[in-house]
Amino acid sequence: MKIRERLSGNEAAAIAMKQINPDVVAAFPITPSTEIPQYFSTFVSNGVVDTEFIAVESEHSAMSACIGAQAAGARAMTATSANGLSLMWEMIYIASSLRLPIVMSLVNRAVSGPLNIHNDHSDAMGVRDSGWIQLFSETNQEAYDNLLMAHKIAENEKVLLPLMVCQDGFITSHAIENIVLEDDDTVKKFVGEYKPKHYLLNDKEPIAVGPLDLQSYLFEHKRQQAEAMKNAKQVIIDVANEFEKLTGRKYGLIEEYKLEDADIAIVCMNSTAGTAKHTADIMRNRGIKAGVLKIRVFRPFPSIEIANALKNIKAVAILDKADSLNAVGGPLFTDITSALYVNKINISAVNYIYGIGGRDTTQDDIEKVYNDLQKIVETGNIENPYRYLGVRGDDK
Amino acid sequence: MAYNLKEVMANKPSRLTAGHRMCAGCGAPPAVRMILRALHKEDHAVVSVATGCLEVSTYIYPYTAWTDSYLHTAFECTAAAESGVEAAYKVLKKKGKLPQDKNTKFIAFGGDGGTYDIGLQSLSGAMERGHDMVYVCYDNGAYMNTGIQRSSATPKFADTTTSPAGKKVPGKTQVRKDLTEIFANHHIPYAAQTICLNNFKDIYEKAEKAIYTEGPTFLNVFAPCPRGWGYPTEDLMLINKLAVETCYWPLYEVIDGKYVINYKPKNKLPVEEFLKPQKRFKHMFKPGNEWMIEEFQKIVDARWEKLLNLEKISE
Repeated sequence: MKIRERLSGNEAAAIAMKQINPDVVAAFPITPSTEIPQYFSTFVSNGVVDTEFIAVESEHSAMSACIGAQAAGARAMTATSANGLSLMWEMIYIASSLRLPIVMSLVNRAVSGPLNIHNDHSDAMGVRDSGWIQLFSETNQEAYDNLLMAHKIAENEKVLLPLMVCQDGFITSHAIENIVLEDDDTVKKFVGEYKPKHYLLNDKEPIAVGPLDLQSYLFEHKRQQAEAMKNAKQVIIDVANEFEKLTGRKYGLIEEYKLEDADIAIVCMNSTAGTAKHTADIMRNRGIKAGVLKIRVFRPFPSIEIANALKNIKAVAILDKADSLNAVGGPLFTDITSALYVNKINISAVNYIYGIGGRDTTQDDIEKVYNDLQKIVETGNIENPYRYLGVRGDDK
Repeated sequence: MAYNLKEVMANKPSRLTAGHRMCAGCGAPPAVRMILRALHKEDHAVVSVATGCLEVSTYIYPYTAWTDSYLHTAFECTAAAESGVEAAYKVLKKKGKLPQDKNTKFIAFGGDGGTYDIGLQSLSGAMERGHDMVYVCYDNGAYMNTGIQRSSATPKFADTTTSPAGKKVPGKTQVRKDLTEIFANHHIPYAAQTICLNNFKDIYEKAEKAIYTEGPTFLNVFAPCPRGWGYPTEDLMLINKLAVETCYWPLYEVIDGKYVINYKPKNKLPVEEFLKPQKRFKHMFKPGNEWMIEEFQKIVDARWEKLLNLEKISE
């Protein structure tokens, strides 16, 4: 049975967690994700979930407790943002290296400093090489759906990697939208029971987790982790197909919007995709063949799929909501241009750093990008591929 | 049943096996072995160890010396990680996913660096949240694993590689933190200071109490380090004895807020007896440095007096 509701992104994430009914949730308050553990502890207090909620004293301990719980044989979840994720950073790598399928709801926010509580993707980008699967969500519905699919992906035997579901702080986390929820039983059946092969609490088979792993073995362990991330791609597709059969809602690694005959395209992640799609429609009304490529799965990176989706585009703008401070471009830009090069697709590509620290990105901004792309197509010139959108003094 | 070392040794094989790589003369392994022996034979344990000597020497892939389940994550978070394991146990047992007739106990170990310093917050959090677990600090008074750097457990004047006794600065210039008091003041049901001494009765009985008292409990174990302190390996038990006889390391328990001093030496030895056999205090015995020994004695006396008073007022 489907339930029509109106929920904020944080409510949607908390309800997904309620329906998943994990064994352990360990979390620490941080804006804008605070509401998730807040709503969730109400579920605990009212006995609607069986979960042990650990109100830890820091995010570092939140991730440490999740690692302990998951290694013990339990399903563990957490939620955080920005500096919370930064404080977890050490444990983020340990979680993935111990191959523990922990699931996190990451409400994206700018990492300090200076302090800013609003949205960008610098938090998620800071852990992009940590061995976590990263799913991005355009809407509250997607934040909910991605969480429902999370455990089936992470816990798959070929994967066994932690997974984070990202959504934009405030823009989706605090905005109320229409949403379709699945009923509790449907979710329970879909998510299934967690049955780890080896776990600390199995007294019949005591195990040791987290060795000193020196020159003779660490490399092989890291290689296996890399293989697991490769395997995750197909598993994400399989789980999405199963999810579509159940709910009718279709998900891929990427989402192509009017790309088929497009001359120019914008690539982005999370909520900006909505503004970009809307603006593409406006451009098309003016006779300009504009399209959008939304990246849903950032890790594992769908390199071939992106290259294929962009192969007939004349000029593409890649929008990064995090700067890399590497003097050449943002993380999505460098990954995508690398994907294009490796797959022998030679199209014009430019990068826009945008929306930093919650700077609003409007239809006008996106229009400007499409207009710039038009100019690139006309002239064949890219003066500077590393650009900024909506920043004072740099916005020509 | 009265404690009997022979019986304990005969009936309870060590749960930390031989073959680990801890140094000869180190105070930690005998403490760990005795603490694990205090587990009821039929009980399973999940041991969590902070990064440090004990950790790097006992589970080097693919070999482990631990016969119970074991978890290492990082330096500062062993208490938090163990609290996650304990929470998982509670919920999985409630859900019927674990055998109902068997018990698992939770013991976390950390050195003084991982406990007094970098792990203090994580441990404070875990103790305050009331997890049913024991945290054991094996206190060797410096970061020994990385090469004898000073910690907040290092005693005043001790020569370490980051508080070297030089021409101008006479070793560590600050006094050590009192960790047992910090955790006694978390109002947990059981906190104690112990040591490997004589027939190991003190540490065994305190470990048993800590493990089988419901809720969060804390043990601070004195664990000398021959490399860092500069004593011959065979003198481990002598150093322990001198620490107790000088009241440098008082043996006491705080049970539900009530202080019990387990040993009051009839003839309290001057602290220089404890300092003299250790190279890290060598500079204190140079002519002109008598004031250091005097000051050290004052610190020891003040803390001992305070402890006697705490015992009196909590009666």
